[in-house]
This record gives sequence, structure tokens and C-alpha cells, in this order.
Amino acid sequence: MTRFLLGRLLGLVAVVFVTSVVVFGTIHLAPGDPVTFLLHGRPATPEAVAALRAEHHLDDPLVVQYGSWLGGVLSGDLGRSAQYHQDVTALLGSRLPGTALLVGYAALLVAVLGVSAGILAALRPGLLDRMVLIGTGVATATPSFVTAIVLVSLFSVQLGWFPGPGGGAAEGLGARLHQLTLPAFALALTFMGLLARVTRSAMLDELGREHVEVARARGVAGRTVVRRHVLRNALGPVVTVGGTMLAGLLISTSIVETAFDVPGLGSLLVQSVTAQDFAVVQAVTLLSVVAFVLVNLAVDLLAPLIDPRLSPGEGPS
Amino acid sequence: MNAMTKTPTTPVLEIEDLGVRLPDHRAARPVLDGVSLTVRPGETVGLVGESGSGKSVACRSVLGLLPPGAHTTGRVLVSGRDVLTLRAKELAALRAREVAMVFQDPRASVNPLRRVGDFLTEGLRAAGTPADRAAERAEELLDAVGIRDPHGALRRFPHQFSGGMLQRVVIAAALAAEPALLLADEPTTALDVTTQAEVIALLARMRAERGTGMLFVTHDLELASAICDRVYVMYAGRIVESRSTDELFDRPRHPYTAGLLACTPRIGAGAPPPRPIPGRPVSLAETPPGCAFAARCPHAVPRCAEETPALAPHGEGTAACHRAEEGITL
Repeated sequence: MTRFLLGRLLGLVAVVFVTSVVVFGTIHLAPGDPVTFLLHGRPATPEAVAALRAEHHLDDPLVVQYGSWLGGVLSGDLGRSAQYHQDVTALLGSRLPGTALLVGYAALLVAVLGVSAGILAALRPGLLDRMVLIGTGVATATPSFVTAIVLVSLFSVQLGWFPGPGGGAAEGLGARLHQLTLPAFALALTFMGLLARVTRSAMLDELGREHVEVARARGVAGRTVVRRHVLRNALGPVVTVGGTMLAGLLISTSIVETAFDVPGLGSLLVQSVTAQDFAVVQAVTLLSVVAFVLVNLAVDLLAPLIDPRLSPGEGPS
Repeated sequence: MNAMTKTPTTPVLEIEDLGVRLPDHRAARPVLDGVSLTVRPGETVGLVGESGSGKSVACRSVLGLLPPGAHTTGRVLVSGRDVLTLRAKELAALRAREVAMVFQDPRASVNPLRRVGDFLTEGLRAAGTPADRAAERAEELLDAVGIRDPHGALRRFPHQFSGGMLQRVVIAAALAAEPALLLADEPTTALDVTTQAEVIALLARMRAERGTGMLFVTHDLELASAICDRVYVMYAGRIVESRSTDELFDRPRHPYTAGLLACTPRIGAGAPPPRPIPGRPVSLAETPPGCAFAARCPHAVPRCAEETPALAPHGEGTAACHRAEEGITL
């Protein structure tokens, strides 16, 4: 087990390192010059440009720039944001709670509504199943910015149940959650549809297993059979897919946060890409990668608890 | 327990003229047609036939497990009560207490994600054993079927057992409620030969100790002869011959039974090489007129293709063949 964990942690470091190189390289390949943005419309006198380039170490070779950035990251310094004139660490710290709340809210919606819809569809073939299939088809195919527009025009403009975009972060957790309901739905909808379908087919797979028929043939009550044998066994694929979705939710926040004007990491990333704010883009991307790898690690650690046959060092004797 | 109150000769299982039909677009001929058979307490009865003969469907019908959309005629009486007319709750009670089944593949019949102890106690709880007593009883059962360290075994998972050991667990679970009738649907087909012998010996011992009636479904006549008192032979959904095991081997009256015996490989000097039955079994899409076996039968006469032979007494048992009295040479 310790070996397994150590191996996974080493893998994590490797993935993060490779990603950081790739992101660093890609950003510098992108067209445009950060100096244009840094000048803030001031006249681009050669002196001003040179001063800015020197201040941000833009004239150093890429390897040196990467090396100094990596050194900073390892000592806890993610660099300075060019557009906010603020330490990236502090900037991320101020944006992270909003995104975490949004992603957590959306993940809860996906887990509860998606899984329930999938279970219902599997257990009630016919009309209900068909309705869920159509509903999840539409949900999966609708991009989140479209969902956002529909939700805002319906629930905040027409009905006025939820606040629309803008207006800054509300005070207090209750008000904040109320404010984040529409963004969370817009973020969750696609994933909800996907997870409902995964749950449905996993349930149907398990319903057809011989051991389920055997349990019925032994006089075990129908509800007990569904709970202990069908639902329990369908958990594996649902957790695996659900885990990768958590990372997907985090990445999709860019669109939803921008659409709803939520001050979070996603909207920060979009703004920083536009402004060629390297340090911020680099930090947010790395954070996403680390989150992705950590979620996968958690799923891998959960797997043997769900299916004992997957325990490391476990084989048929 | 119901059987105990009646006279010991009351059959634990009486299938009377059972017919099972699927909707027309799925099958042209009945899956089962006029199947009648009897199992008395303490008796082991074989149900033998090729795959597709309907033997498994007949066996599963005793638990009320029928193919989806099936239409049934006739009766399936377990200790005098018709399984086919029971309500869901009564059926569950019957499955939990009176009839138990051992399936073909133990790996497939036990949930791989749950502990062996859960598998056993689940059945015990369904049969009404109190929760605090169930674990103790599960351990006794594992001990009875020869599992070493039964206490530790309760905490282990199915993949930590060999196929033979797992089938012992399944048998232990089947015996948990002390059923009057045990159904065994090819219980050794998925096991290797040495394990087969052990499982058969275990079933025979359990039957002897507990007086359980057993319906033993197999495609292997040789195996049936090792354990069964009487054998029913099925072909294309019908019973074509039934008699005591000894008589069946010495003097089969139906050419299909004779064919099954001839295609069993034998060991020994001068033993005849196995002779397969020519042709293939009748599929559900075909409805041959007359005797379903006529097309493959070396003794067929024109009458066989026109008139379906009825199951009639021949010798000490029954056979459904126009030429049963003429004597068949193997």
C-alpha cells in the first residue's frame, strides 16, 4: 500500500512538471506581446518598453525564465500578476473560495440529481426511462453558456427568483449559495446528463447479472436485492466517471464564471489569458492539473474499497 | 417443513403437464410441452438432455423463475402448492424456506463485491433467522460443507476461494433453510474433474443426512447415473424417457437415450469409441411434425415424421417412441 501511494505521488510530481513545461512553452508561443498590456496605453517609448521588459525578466532566455519561475514555485512564490500588481498566491487565495463553493455546489447537484435520474431510469423501464434518456440527451448536448443564458432570462429576468450576473459576492453563506444556484446549474447540467447515463447503464448491466437472479431465487426481497447487489455493484463506474467529472467541473468554470460574472479562478484565467498575464495563467493551470491528479488519486484509492478484487497485491488464490 | 406434516410419500415436487410458451415471434415451438415429473422426499431425480432441451427452464420453473413474457399451462406443485399461482410474497417465502437451488457457475452466482458471510446470512435472514443468530449459523453451515477455518471464511471475498470451494459455499447457502427440495442446475459443469467428484459426494452426503429431495439437471448421463435414483430424459421441450437409473443404462427404450449413452466416452480395453448423435438439436424456431428426434434417429420409420409418439409405459418406466417395444441395439 505504501509503495502504491509512493508510486502515485511520484507520478503526480511528474505530471505536474511536464504540464508546467508545456504550459510555459505554449504561453510564450502565443501571439502578442505582454508589454503592450503592461504599458496601459502609455506611449511605447523604447525606454519604457525596455524598463518593463527588464522588470518582468522578459529578455532572459526561456530556460532561465522557467528556472527562476520554478524556483519561486518551490519556495511558495507563484510570482506577481502583471495586470493586478499583486502576488499570484494572494490573488489565487482570494479567488479560490468562490470557485470551490461553485464547484462543490455543482458537484452535489450532479451527484444527487444525476445518479437519482440514472437509478430511476434503470428501475422503471418504459415512459420514465424514455423521458430520462431524452432529458439527459438534451442536457448533455447543451453548452453551458447556452444554459446560462436560458437560466438567467427565465429565473432571474422573468421570474426574479435568483439574482442575475454581477452585483459582487453576496454576504453570508446562505445568500452566497442562493446567488450561486443558477451558475451551479449551468455548470452541472451537462455533467448531470452524462452521469445519469453512466449510472443507468451501470445499473442495467448489474440488473442482468446472474448473481442478481440468484439472490431473487433465494427469496431475498426485491428492494434488498437492488440496494445490496445492483446499486452497490454499479457504484464502481459511477465513482470513476464522477471523479473525472469533478476535475471537468473545475475546468468548465471558466465559461460559467465569465457568463455569470462570478469572481473565481475560471474568470481570472480567462482575463489573464487575454492580458497575457503569464504568472497567473501558469498558476491557475497548474492548480487545475494538481486538482485533476489528486481527484484521480482519490478515485484510485477508493476503488479497492468498492471492489475488493482491485486491492493492490490481491489476486485469486 | 410443510412436507413433514404430510405422509412421507407425498412428493416434494410434482410437475404436472407443464407447458411454457414464449410469444410467437420469439419461438415457434413451446419451450416446454407436457412435462410431468415427480421428486419424492429423499430421492434424487436426474433431468438429462442436450442444451436447449428445456431442462434448465423446467428446473427454474420450480422457483417461479420463468423466461420473460412466458405463458404457462399445467401445474408445478411444491409440497402440494402450485408455484405458478403464488403471489410475489408467497413465492419469496417459498424460495427462502422450501426450495433452494445450486446454479451452474459459482463465480457468477455469488456477488463478487460482498463477503461470503454476507452471502450466507442474507439467505438466512430471508428465511427468518434472527440477525444475531445468522452469523453463528453461517459458520456451522460452512463447517458442514467442509470449508476449513469457517470463521475466517465468513470475512473473505468470493475471489479468494477456488471454484470448488465457492460451490461448497453455494451449497451451504442452499441448505441453510433446510429446504425440502434442492434443485441443482448443472452444479459441476463449471468445475474441474476432481472438484466435480467432491461436490457430487457432498450433495449425496447432504441428501442422505437431511433427507432432502433433489432434482439434478445435467447433460451428462454418466454423472446422473452416479447420483440419481431415477432419470428423466428431455428432448426439444418434452420428456422422451423416464426410468430408474439401472434400467436406463441396461436397457434404454428411446433411441435418443441410447444415443446419449453411446456418445459418452468410455475407458477400458475393447471399449467402443464414442459415437456422436448425428445432426443437431431442434431450435426454438423449428416445429418438426411427428417425433422431434426423427430427423436424427437411426431407427426412424415414415410414421415417426407424421405422428408424435405419446409418453407411454415401457418396461418399469416410460418412453415416447413408436418403436420402444422393438428393442434398440446400441
